[in-house]
Amino acid sequence: MWKLLQIELFKIFRKPRTYIAFAAIAAFILLIQLALLVNGRQYLEFMLGFLDDGFFIPYDQINNGYWICFTILNLLLIHVPILVALVAGDIVSGEANMGTLRLLASKPVSRSQIILAKFMASVFYVIALLFWMALIALVLSLVLFGANDVVVAKSTELHQIEKADVLWRYFAAFGFASLALIMVASLSLLLSTLSDNSIGPIVATVCIIIVCTLISEMQIPLYDKYLRPYLFTTYMLGWKGFFYIGVDADGQTIKGSLQNGPAILKSIGVLLAYIVFFVSASVFVFRKKDILS
Amino acid sequence: MPPVISVRHLSKQFGDTLAVDDLSFTVHEGDIYGFLGQNGAGKSTTIRMLLSLVKPSSGEIRIFGKDLNSHRSSILRQVGALIEKPDLYKYLSAYENLALFAKLSGLKADRRLFMHKLDMVGLAGRASGKVKTFSQGMKQRLGIAVALVHDPPLILLDEPVNGLDPQGIADIRNLIRSLSRDEGKTILISSHLLSEIELTANRMLIIHQGRKMVEGEVSALLDPTRSLVQLDTGNDVETRQKLQQTGWKDLVQTTGDGIQLKMDLKKVPELVSDLVRMKVQVISVKPSSTLEDYFLSLTTRPGHVEAFTD
Amino acid sequence: MKKIIRLLVAVILFCPGDLRAQEINQLVQQVRAKLNQVNDYEASGRMKTNVAFLKVPISGVRIYFKKPGQLRIKNEKGISFVPKGAVSINLGTMLNSGKFTILDGGNDQVGGVPVKVVKLLPEDEESDLVLSTLYIDVSALVILKTRTTTRESGSYELELSYGKYKAYALPDKIIFSFNTRDYKMPKGMTFDFEVDSEGKKEEVKGKTKKGRAEITITNYTINKGLPDSVFSN
Repeated sequence: MWKLLQIELFKIFRKPRTYIAFAAIAAFILLIQLALLVNGRQYLEFMLGFLDDGFFIPYDQINNGYWICFTILNLLLIHVPILVALVAGDIVSGEANMGTLRLLASKPVSRSQIILAKFMASVFYVIALLFWMALIALVLSLVLFGANDVVVAKSTELHQIEKADVLWRYFAAFGFASLALIMVASLSLLLSTLSDNSIGPIVATVCIIIVCTLISEMQIPLYDKYLRPYLFTTYMLGWKGFFYIGVDADGQTIKGSLQNGPAILKSIGVLLAYIVFFVSASVFVFRKKDILS
Repeated sequence: MPPVISVRHLSKQFGDTLAVDDLSFTVHEGDIYGFLGQNGAGKSTTIRMLLSLVKPSSGEIRIFGKDLNSHRSSILRQVGALIEKPDLYKYLSAYENLALFAKLSGLKADRRLFMHKLDMVGLAGRASGKVKTFSQGMKQRLGIAVALVHDPPLILLDEPVNGLDPQGIADIRNLIRSLSRDEGKTILISSHLLSEIELTANRMLIIHQGRKMVEGEVSALLDPTRSLVQLDTGNDVETRQKLQQTGWKDLVQTTGDGIQLKMDLKKVPELVSDLVRMKVQVISVKPSSTLEDYFLSLTTRPGHVEAFTD
Repeated sequence: MKKIIRLLVAVILFCPGDLRAQEINQLVQQVRAKLNQVNDYEASGRMKTNVAFLKVPISGVRIYFKKPGQLRIKNEKGISFVPKGAVSINLGTMLNSGKFTILDGGNDQVGGVPVKVVKLLPEDEESDLVLSTLYIDVSALVILKTRTTTRESGSYELELSYGKYKAYALPDKIIFSFNTRDYKMPKGMTFDFEVDSEGKKEEVKGKTKKGRAEITITNYTINKGLPDSVFSN
């Protein structure tokens, strides 16, 4: 199995396409950093300006490395599924398209192992991608902008987390984001086993995520009641839950706490269930598949 | 000693299409077994079933005496295959492709062995070249190296000379012969070209629309005393009439374009001199060896098929 | 003429109690004089903000004051959202800010301490201040509570308790209560993480829109001189 995984990783990381994602992420993050370096205050005034008549808002202190990393993740993580689909959607169907799948599947390794190795390679890719993202979005932002408390805007609340209480939340958030993106990878993998060309699964993954995100965010009571609880996109934003801090009876934030820990746990559970389902379905489909490509 | 491949009543249905229909055949150790059929006859589907790429709808496949379904991995470890176009990882080098598939067949990295195999197919000099820069012939040869790298006793080659130039075709033929002769490999080779099978195989099976037409020794099936000869003359109608008045009349085939005779090739000079004597304007006389013609020769005489089967 | 009307209104509204208008004026003057002992101070304290939509930690703050009316609250580390009205915590500033009509509001109690209620109406009609009610501990000459209405910043209330620095009329603890507006950003901008959207909405509706900031001050450095630079941004 380890041998198969090595081979899959070798294939992924020798493919030029793989690096598109790394380049895109770096370009995007650097653009945001540049923008916030030059116009960070204006952006914050736009976001928080309506508080201005009641409070002194320390814009320059809010515009720090931790806040910038949050802003980057907020803008970027919604789009990263496309980059994950680009690799995971291609992982079986791309080989079918290229014609190497028949050679691979006629080797003395079981079909289940092939799929599991491909899944694990996708997981590795997702983690590498997030590690890269963390390096630029978090480490570089901290180097460029320094650290301070992070202020996170929810639609009806502002959450401020003290500097010393932030870093673990980023680790947790990146961990959660990995899980969400692994879920995307497993969906892409399933679609990839169903297709013999790579464009189909990539486009299908992206479409499914867009439609589900729209339904999740449209705030239509009918959908909120009957669809939203079952869509994985509802749970993919759970990384933000680590930046919603809990308060005591007196309204003061409690260091190291979460506003809604159970919701995060539930999200992790739902995402894991989806992953197990998609990967099992991929194994099932691939075991049954006649390889005609 | 069990046969290397034993296929019994194998069928495969895709939707409404029966791609392989109740096919049975046997390949013995040391055979170069020709698997002959037109495009779409079911050759590739059968080979894919032998490699467990396609699941049979019914029937049984035993390789090295073991059931393929229940001993898939141990069987596949001893099989090398080239299936249709040899598609490889384009973004990897020849050496990387070979090493990757060798690893999958259970081999440890062994640079000397891998280079030796590349040398065997004439690619040692291009070991580090990316496959996307390779010509079709080079890919084909690399595909064969991949099929042979783990030294399998059974080799399945699906249309191995497709897309090769004449020199390439000759090289592959020689390689196949030497693998059989010098290394005692059992080889199953499919082709839609009769000449290809004729030149390499000792036994063969002809498949048409998923069904077995004949199976047997090549020397017996392609008996030169029953060859089909194509006659091209100035006036075919007149020639046909003239032939009806001679002893050749029973050999003239009723179907097909122009005039065809099923006859011993040795008697061609005699036929030509008769035609000249009858003042027939002979443009050409050529023994036919296309598969279509061969099918024709089989199908024009119903009942003949059984006579060839063993 | 206006003055006379004001006075008349005052007389009608607040019938003479224990003290006559003059005595009330005198009380205010005494309080002001006590406050005016302080030319400047620097103090450190902790600010606890309690606003429904603001989930913030207790922050360490430094407060700088210099006559006539410069006051600055800076956070010691991290970030703090200082309510704008909180700059009015220095009562001397208000009492020095102009001429008032001072009215007797009778007697009351604040936290068990008997107080005199005094109302200030600024004479300048353009003044931001509309009305301020002071609850004065007559024996200590300190203000325990104020309730102020302004044109620009709405109404707010201060509750003050004194300890070590009572002699300077500087409080140990200030509770600043104010009105806040609703806070709502489009979800399309924030992309909130909400698993259960329905429960959430009710919670927001239930909360009051009163904000509170509680500042506890531990030590003052009084009248040691402060450069103006601490008040510039």
